[in-house]
Amino acid sequence: MTLLTINGKDISVVADPETPLLWVVRDELGMTGAKFGCGAALCGACTVHVDGEPTRACVTPISALKDKSITSPEGLQGKVADAVRAAWIKLDVAQCGYCQSGQIMAAAALLTATPEPTETEIDDAMSGNICRCATYVRIRSAIHSASTALKA
Amino acid sequence: MFVMDHKSRAAIAKAANVDRRGFLKLSLGTGAGLVIGVYGAARPDGAKAAASDVAVFNPFVRVTPDNKVIVLSKHLDKGQGTASGLATLVADELDADWSQMAAEFAPADAALYKNLFFGVQGTGGSTAMANSFDQYRNAGATARAMLVAAASAKWSSPADKISISKGVVTDGTNSATFGELAVEAAKRPVPKSVTLKDPKDFVFIGKSFPRLDQVAKTTAQPIFTQDIQLDGMLVAVIARPPKFGATVKSVDATATKAIKGVVDVVTIPQGVAVLAKGTWPAMQGRDALKVEWDDSKAETRGTDELLAEYRKLAEGPGLSVRKDGDAAQALASADKVVEAEFIFPFLAHATMEPMNCVMLFKDDACTIWTGSQMPTVDQSITAAILGLRPEAVTIHTQWAGGSFGRRAVYNSDYVAETAALVKAYGKPVPIKVVWTRPDDIKGGYYRPMYLHKVKAGLNKDGTIAGWQHRIVGQSILSGTPFESMAVKDGIDDSSVEGASNSPYTIANFELDVHNTKVGVPPLWWRSVGHTHTAYVMETMIDELAVLAGKDPVAFRLDLLKNSPRHAAVLQLAADKAGWGTAPLPAGTARGVAVHESFKTFVAQVAEVRMLDGQPKVDRVVCAVDCGLAINPDNIVAQMQGGIGYGLGAVLKSKVTLKGGEVEQANFDDYEVLRFNEMPAVEVHIVPSSAPPTGVGEPGTPPIGPAVANAVAQLTGQRIRALPFSQNTIGGA
Repeated sequence: MTLLTINGKDISVVADPETPLLWVVRDELGMTGAKFGCGAALCGACTVHVDGEPTRACVTPISALKDKSITSPEGLQGKVADAVRAAWIKLDVAQCGYCQSGQIMAAAALLTATPEPTETEIDDAMSGNICRCATYVRIRSAIHSASTALKA
Repeated sequence: MFVMDHKSRAAIAKAANVDRRGFLKLSLGTGAGLVIGVYGAARPDGAKAAASDVAVFNPFVRVTPDNKVIVLSKHLDKGQGTASGLATLVADELDADWSQMAAEFAPADAALYKNLFFGVQGTGGSTAMANSFDQYRNAGATARAMLVAAASAKWSSPADKISISKGVVTDGTNSATFGELAVEAAKRPVPKSVTLKDPKDFVFIGKSFPRLDQVAKTTAQPIFTQDIQLDGMLVAVIARPPKFGATVKSVDATATKAIKGVVDVVTIPQGVAVLAKGTWPAMQGRDALKVEWDDSKAETRGTDELLAEYRKLAEGPGLSVRKDGDAAQALASADKVVEAEFIFPFLAHATMEPMNCVMLFKDDACTIWTGSQMPTVDQSITAAILGLRPEAVTIHTQWAGGSFGRRAVYNSDYVAETAALVKAYGKPVPIKVVWTRPDDIKGGYYRPMYLHKVKAGLNKDGTIAGWQHRIVGQSILSGTPFESMAVKDGIDDSSVEGASNSPYTIANFELDVHNTKVGVPPLWWRSVGHTHTAYVMETMIDELAVLAGKDPVAFRLDLLKNSPRHAAVLQLAADKAGWGTAPLPAGTARGVAVHESFKTFVAQVAEVRMLDGQPKVDRVVCAVDCGLAINPDNIVAQMQGGIGYGLGAVLKSKVTLKGGEVEQANFDDYEVLRFNEMPAVEVHIVPSSAPPTGVGEPGTPPIGPAVANAVAQLTGQRIRALPFSQNTIGGA
């Protein structure tokens, strides 16, 4: 048994401690917001927050998450999350959509730490998240849009 | 475009067991898919339960009691926006309100839902809007007429006094929603003919309404095959042979079976499947397998050997595709001649959602959940493998995490292996087959490797004297059920399209092709043959322009006098980019390309500088003529996406083989475009009332040559072996 804190709830899971968090949330807890894309921390589709930091769930064993606060895409909430999602919807960012919960997790973490990011800061925060539909132009615009909305 | 012919049941059954074949048989299917709208998504089971009180107007339009209009999309939406586009056509004729529109995927039923260009149910070739435009407008107009008839009867008002706006039906005194009228309206006789709107009255077409799937995709809803979880479901990860065409010789599953969660290990024709209670144990179990492969029928050549063979073939003539005038003679007396060899690597599609399929085989019936791009093919092949009639196979099509061609497979590869597995396992539990990223990158079905050899020359006056062009590579369609309509006299149009129909007026033009036999399964990849032909045509034309001392845009325009739509997008892109007028920072150059694919015309001007020895594209100005623009913002999105997809490939992507084995495995060695590499994109749409054509693919072909032409200006170097990253450029 491993005790995890996910989306504010304490949950004990039976999976082997070396199991990556991704498969615990998806297969054991039925939360499929974090996606499987590469299994090697190369694409960002599985991004969750661990103590607020964007983290690749596909390579993070649950044994490393004791006493940490985990947020999955389903549990992402608050002012920044609302602004990011609203910007995504306003700019019709998603195409296939498979990578977008990871993109949104990365963008929300960026705007929480850096409410008015420069282009370079956006590049640095987002370049680990691949989008094969190449919605990158709109993701960039949506981050700026969310940043502006948060200032208001 | 192609239309499939029918084959007998016996042929279908036989084909299903053999690689690179397909099938096809019309069938009657039912089964509700996933309804998705601006309000979010419901699971398939909810949709099924709702079926009894949903008013069915026709195969494409349903109205729910709570006033939602559900449009059944016969096409898979894998990001290109088709489901919302089809809903737009219905909404316009229906005079609906956008907030009430929803989309759901149609069941597998070719009689009702065939692609009118293919003859079977399937999505591809950027045909979705073009083949559906009248059909879905008719569906909307028919439903509208039935709503009006129901209102007329209910209120005893003449039909011509009834109007509809924003989803409200009124005769001036009474008013009702679609939902209130739907049950009665759906019982009205279906009008034999309806008058479609005059384009000047369009409410939705030509404007940009938000995608119906946007909210679900932004709020992490479980809408993908990967998200399907069913009671008692097992997850399977399959060990496939490292060399294409190899088969299982022996299996030692001792270590696998010791892993907690592993349920069984099953050998199928495609490999060895590890069945487990979850994805992680299935993956671990697969890694622990010891499989000995029989390589006796496997492809064992590497990229280097293939290239050497392609070069040898290119020395002699292939099958003649086009011969205008006498190019050899013209080149012999030309003033200046350029000879060039181009090399294009195998490319994986690398969809964000790796391939997957959920299947339940129980009580002589089969249910499939997958992002089915060719439902007729998937259904028929599954039926043949399981010994069922096609109508006993139900497909619940899921929103797909990308395709770029990968999910439209002539042999339904990943659906077929799931069928083989449920059959071999033999227990009535749902099985989800999951491909990992290495499975995807190593799994074949690539854009084939091609070699082009071109010799082109100029006359003294700077006009083109002659052009000899040879293409060497695999035919995508030979040996598949699509062969009979796409391959003529041994020439697969998908190997030569974009060169064979070049719009440039060249008096002496020769094109031939060598079809190579390689054991690596080929497949269409966003824009198919145009992925390589556009690169060659547009960089060679550019080189000739420079050699002639002419402006590359003006040089092309001179040769496009018989192709006004090419010329118009080229001129528009050049004007908007400030071609030849707007100043650029030092070290930045503009490159241009224009190309038509799938009847859509696209020109792009790329602004490029060199950074650490590789091109950095800062901005792309794109002009597109796709006929009537149904949803301009979606056209912009598809141009942006097509540019990003093509740019990543030309800059960085390649699949190479050594001893027949793929050398790449994941996004660290199969590199794709990342966020910081995406240029700003400015899209200009040519106003048009011509019939609408597709936008999913045509944005991709021009970007590579546009960038290459800019790099040539910056460095003097013509990059002819892709990707760029394997070239040393500018002496760096």
